Order: sequence, then structure tokens, then C-alpha cells
Amino acid sequence: MNQNPLSPHLQVYKWQLSSLLSITHRITLILNIFSIFLIALWIFSVAVGGDFYNYFNIFISSFLGKFIIIGCSWSLLFYFLAEIRHIVWDLGYGYEIKTANISGISIFILSLVLTFIIWVAI
Amino acid sequence: MVQFALPKNSKINPGKYHRSSNGNKNLKKFKVYRWNPEDGKNPSIDTFELNLNDCGPMILDALIKIKNETDSTLTFRRSCREGVCGSCAMNIDGSNTLACTKAISDIKGDINVYPLPHMPVIKDLVANLTKLYKQYESIEPWMQSLKNKDIKEEKQSISERSKLDGLYECIMCACCSTSCPSYWWNGDKYLGPAVLLQAYRWIIDSRDNERKKRLKKVADELKLFRCHTIMNCTNACPKGLNPAKAIGSIKKMLVTEKIK
Repeated sequence: MNQNPLSPHLQVYKWQLSSLLSITHRITLILNIFSIFLIALWIFSVAVGGDFYNYFNIFISSFLGKFIIIGCSWSLLFYFLAEIRHIVWDLGYGYEIKTANISGISIFILSLVLTFIIWVAI
Repeated sequence: MVQFALPKNSKINPGKYHRSSNGNKNLKKFKVYRWNPEDGKNPSIDTFELNLNDCGPMILDALIKIKNETDSTLTFRRSCREGVCGSCAMNIDGSNTLACTKAISDIKGDINVYPLPHMPVIKDLVANLTKLYKQYESIEPWMQSLKNKDIKEEKQSISERSKLDGLYECIMCACCSTSCPSYWWNGDKYLGPAVLLQAYRWIIDSRDNERKKRLKKVADELKLFRCHTIMNCTNACPKGLNPAKAIGSIKKMLVTEKIK
């Protein structure tokens, strides 16, 4: 007897706006762990001494370093806003497809705007 | 551990190509998942060309036409052909829906037809839903009002009755549950949107006396809280219901109501 195959899932299922936001929420959580590690390293570099701190600063001022910290701050902001969206859900609001799509797009745009404000406008 | 790739015996191979015999006018290609339990081969995708001038408007019409005229071995479930039985639930154009209520004209380009995702395939487009029915059974989907032993009419106010709107319409087609990534990865323990919507339908029914028991039963890290509000379920539901909201309502009740 041939064992029944498993029907395709991730391979064929179209991304929905809601599922994309959900997986982004997950990914930003992992990025945030990395950010905390980075912040710890920065504080650690102060403790270790001037040289190490300087190297760290040079790295962070480089294009790649800037990209990483700006990315990390976006990730932190997106995660924070997505969690607020989840709290509103838990209170029982915003489950309609339309509302959920609007709130999803809003937090994404807001996270980009806040990142911009933090790194460019201030 | 979550397995994102398909197991070896489920990898999909290219299949047969069935050309339309009557001209090239208004042709549409249907790419249909095929698996035959008897030939020992892996699943494949067969392509069928159909002349739309000569075919009904819905995906189900096309599948029936293929079965009638091109390949009589094509296997799928169908019954009412008007969206009330839930038999023809399948993955069409990348999302779950009923073949009988999805119009061919709604889809641009080739039409991909797969069985409901992440389910054992019995043959072609027929998925094995036994596990889901077992889970449905586990929530005891029937009225439990043993307190009133003398049989009399159970009256319901208009507002009490209206709480069942958007729940009683569910036809258990499994489009929602099989669209849910959480159900894909934890389907053995997580009940999934379809069953949880049904659970909520009985929890919220004013005529049912076992509300606490029902809530207690469903209050579980795995059974209920694997829902991460991904909302694929609500996006998929062919009846326009909102399982995500029903699950959210159960979660909320577990916080606001005393169940101990």
C-alpha cells in the first residue's frame, strides 16, 4: 500500500496581507533579540576600554553598520506597533478583514515614518 | 519540528498535457493536482486546455467537464454545486475556496487546482479530513441542556439569537483550517479555525447549559492559543464568516469570565 502524499501547502498558498504582516512580526522578534545583543555589545565595549569602543564606533558609522542599526530600530518599532495591534485584537476589536488590512498597513507605514523621524529628522 | 518542505513521496512531478481538440478560441489552461494511489508514482500536475465558450462559469463546471470529456479518472468531491454543502473545497489559484462558487473569470492566467493544503491525499483532489472530524467531535457539537428535564420550548430572545449569526452559517468545508499555517504545523493538537468557530457557536448559544465546561475544555495552550491571528482563515472562508474573530472572542471570554 502506497502511503498517502501530503498535499502542498507553503508551496502553493498565496501570501495574504495579513499572513505577511504576521510573519514579519515573527521575524522582527528574532531581529530584536539580535538588537539587544548589539546594544549589550556596545555597553560591553565601553567596559572593555577605549580601543574596543572605538572599533565598535567605526563599525557602526560605516554604511553596513548604519544599515544594521537603522534596520534594528525599524524592527523594534514594527514589533512594538504590531504588539499594540495584537492588544487591540485581544480587546475584541479590529477582526474584520478590511479593518485588519488597514491597521496592518498603518502600522507598517508608521514604523517606517518613526524610523525616519528618529534617524533623519531628529 | 516544523517541516516546510514536502516529504519525498509528495514531491510533485510534471504530468500529462491534454490539448483542446476544438479550436483555440477562448482557451484556458487548468493545472490540476493528480495522485493515483494505485500506480505507486509521486503526485503530478496535469494540464487541461478548456474551451470556455463551451463550459459553465464556475471552476466546478470546468472540473466536471474535464471528467466528462477528457479524463474520467479525475477525482474530486462535489455535491450541491451552490455553496451549501462544502464538499468541493479545494485550493484554487493559491487560496482555499469552494470550486462551485469560484468563477473562472475571476482568475487571470492559468488556473491551479490543488487539494486542501497540508492534508493526506486520498486521490487527486480528495483530501482526508478524518482528523478534522475527530477534532470536531471532541468539542461535542450538540445542544447540552440537561438541566431542564421536562421537555419544553427553549425560548431565545432576538439579541440572544443574533449572537449565532455569522456562526451557524458554517458548512465545515475546512477551507479555513487548511489555510492556517498554525494548523499546518500543529494540526495534531491545535483545533484549527473551523472547529474553534464551532466551539464558539455552542459556547455562545443561550440555550446551552454547559458553557463553563466547554470553555474549560478549549482553554489550552495548544488547542486554542496556537492561533496567532494570521487571519488566513477569514481571508479564505467562502461563506464570508470570521473564524479569527470567533477565536478572539473565546480568548477574551477566558479572561473575562470565571470558568473555575
